[in-house]
Amino acid sequence: MPTITIDGRKIETQPGKTIIEAALENGIAIPHFCWHPALSVAGNCRMCLVRVGSYKKGADGTLERDAEGNPVVQWMPKLQIACATPVADGMVVDTVGEKTIAAQNAVMEFLLINHPLDCPICDEAGQCKLQEYAFKHSRGESRFVEEKVHKPKRVAWSDRIIFDGERCILCSRCIRFANEIAKQPVLTFVERNDHVTIELFEGTTFDSPYSMNVIELCPVGALTSADFRFKSRVWEMSFTPSVCPGCARGCNINIGVRDNQILRLEPRPNPHVNQYWMCDAGRLEQYRWVNSGRISGAAVRRNGALAPASFEEAFRAVADLLSTARGDAMMVLSGSITNEDGFVARECAAAFGIEHVAFVERNDPTFGDDFLRSSDRNANATGLRALGIPSTTWKELLQRMHERMPAVIYFIGADPFAEQDSSSWEELLGSGGAIIAQLSNHSQLEEIADVVLPAATYAEIEGTFTNCDGWVQYLQPAVETAETLRRINGMAQSRLDEFGAPNDRWTHGERRLCRPHWQLLTGVAGAAGHSIAYRSAAEVFAAIEDRVEAFRAMNYEALRQYRGIRLGRGNDPEPVGVVYRSHYMKPQSD
Amino acid sequence: MNVTTNTRAQRMTFWEKLYLPEIAKGLALTFKTMFKPKLTRQYPEERWEPLGSYRGRPVLVLEEDGERCVACGLCSRVCPALAIEVQAGETEREKERYPVKFEINMLRCIYCGLCEEVCPEEAIVMSKDYDIVFHSQEEAIFGKDKLLVPIARLQERLEFLRQYK
Ligand code: SF4
Ligand code: SF4
Ligand code: SF4
Ligand code: SF4
Ligand code: FES
Repeated sequence: MPTITIDGRKIETQPGKTIIEAALENGIAIPHFCWHPALSVAGNCRMCLVRVGSYKKGADGTLERDAEGNPVVQWMPKLQIACATPVADGMVVDTVGEKTIAAQNAVMEFLLINHPLDCPICDEAGQCKLQEYAFKHSRGESRFVEEKVHKPKRVAWSDRIIFDGERCILCSRCIRFANEIAKQPVLTFVERNDHVTIELFEGTTFDSPYSMNVIELCPVGALTSADFRFKSRVWEMSFTPSVCPGCARGCNINIGVRDNQILRLEPRPNPHVNQYWMCDAGRLEQYRWVNSGRISGAAVRRNGALAPASFEEAFRAVADLLSTARGDAMMVLSGSITNEDGFVARECAAAFGIEHVAFVERNDPTFGDDFLRSSDRNANATGLRALGIPSTTWKELLQRMHERMPAVIYFIGADPFAEQDSSSWEELLGSGGAIIAQLSNHSQLEEIADVVLPAATYAEIEGTFTNCDGWVQYLQPAVETAETLRRINGMAQSRLDEFGAPNDRWTHGERRLCRPHWQLLTGVAGAAGHSIAYRSAAEVFAAIEDRVEAFRAMNYEALRQYRGIRLGRGNDPEPVGVVYRSHYMKPQSD
Repeated sequence: MNVTTNTRAQRMTFWEKLYLPEIAKGLALTFKTMFKPKLTRQYPEERWEPLGSYRGRPVLVLEEDGERCVACGLCSRVCPALAIEVQAGETEREKERYPVKFEINMLRCIYCGLCEEVCPEEAIVMSKDYDIVFHSQEEAIFGKDKLLVPIARLQERLEFLRQYK
């Protein structure tokens, strides 16, 4: 084991590591732009220059000491880049000394010579590595009076990514990402000297399903999202750690919210699951349906028309339907409801004597690939199976209903009309049997439903998803419902949320009257006199922990701390280690 | 019960109770003041024109090709009263970004001038307007229509900023 000394601190590390890696693992931050733990080392930004040396030894092999008895260091004549210099036993590194600071200052000055200082219109401002280092490692005043070099701005690399050549600091992170991770090598440097910029090869676009990751990867604001551009400044949003429900991978994300609207999703590093990335489809699709088309408030069919109803009335109506059906009912769950929802659904079905409880699999073979995207488009199929809930398909259900229509069909999160073959459903469901639609978004199903219960989405609830590899991951609310309050429910708050008064316009974002599935189910059970009394998702999870072997010894606190625990590994969770974050807003979110 | 009988009327002397000398004193003061130079003016017919250093309501600078503001949101961030709300949007112009919505809640604004100080574009400045009237909370929210002022009318302030900021 090589032992090195960084700024006087002795550090044990593994052979083959570079200085920057050894430092990061021990909580020492060395400024850098081009280095990224998931990419190859380019060593081209020179921001990570540090002074490296070793202790001088006398002819007899003992350490030479100066007059005060401190060992004398033999420094290398020039500074070395920490990202490409492997550690060696006895190495001494200085990251805060005069010479190192002078080098960092000089590199920053060079980088800023041709930088447009666009910050007021740059989406990166507030979480920009260049801004951060300009504060920390810069002389603050520009000595450059000549005309800056002009380069192409607002170049569309695809319909999702916009490139600004002037802001680019030529770190090559995006090029390496395209080559090594996205496996779509279409980017390259062109020109020389201060005219270097990045271009796409003739006739190509950078549109890999993972391309948008370069937006966060870019240490500056050279790459911006066409979808997000200028929607908000970063400091106006709150960021809540969450999990993407787009497929069974369950990529870790941060949800950016302002005025109770989700403005963007961005990947959150988790070495267990998605490393540093997420797919473009998840990023672009999995927030729109939370923002719009939502069902708010319960409704009950009276004299042929749906009429708004209180939760109590709706629960009563559902309970009556289920009680009179005497078990001749079917519970159709979505594969993207949480473990808590599934567990309470099972308990509720047992209380009403319903035998047919199954979740509908959503598979899309065209979606899956060998990286993150999974053909299994259910956020929680693994978890529901672990809870003993069988799976089914729409086709199977259709067939079963054709054979015999149950008296009541209770759709929980599952919407048959969201699938392609809706005509057969229309006919079938319209033909008899009571229908309960417990959904988050408006659907054709409401037109034939007898009771509509408004469900909360993944962004509004506390709960857990289990991904395709069995990682149980914790979700927390990012968006307020009509029944939750940011301030009192411990949700992430931006400055606007914190200080806005009720008459401020930025506090008027839509809040829907809806509840998590498990809570609606306890309401229904309660209305029929069955006591399934949970007051919080944590209580439901405690019951799961108690009764389902695979979840033994898990709790929300541990799930958060370990960034997910694998099914059956509650007693021996895998530590996540030091998680690298390239840049973030300060004060640090997540 | 705690009844106090030491009222002002009871404490007055005989002469004070008589009132007449007091009225005479008052009239004397009135006459004296009538012949002094006048300090008040016939507002609003006679308006006071402030100097460039005056901090009246904040306004947005309007140039020939549109507003200077790039909707960076710094004024909104720095505003201690949270009076400013900016929503940015993209334009085809060279500056890329412009305020789709720019609103100042004049009931919240405390005329501190920090927005003017922080603005990287010199796009928001304190004007000379001081008589701001509204009849409802909604009316107090000034949008771009009320905020944009042609640059020609703001020269004095811009000159002041150039010299002293
Ligand atoms: S990249 Fe960073 S420093 Fe450059 S304009 Fe954007 S925010 Fe400012
Ligand atoms: S666009 Fe960003 S990531 Fe790519 S080289 Fe430039 S600064 Fe680096
Ligand atoms: S791979 Fe799946 S979980 Fe990950 S971002 Fe894409 S859709 Fe979401
Ligand atoms: S600080 Fe200036 S440029 Fe930025 S939003 Fe305010 S007025 Fe516009
Ligand atoms: S981080 Fe080492 S040279 Fe860029």
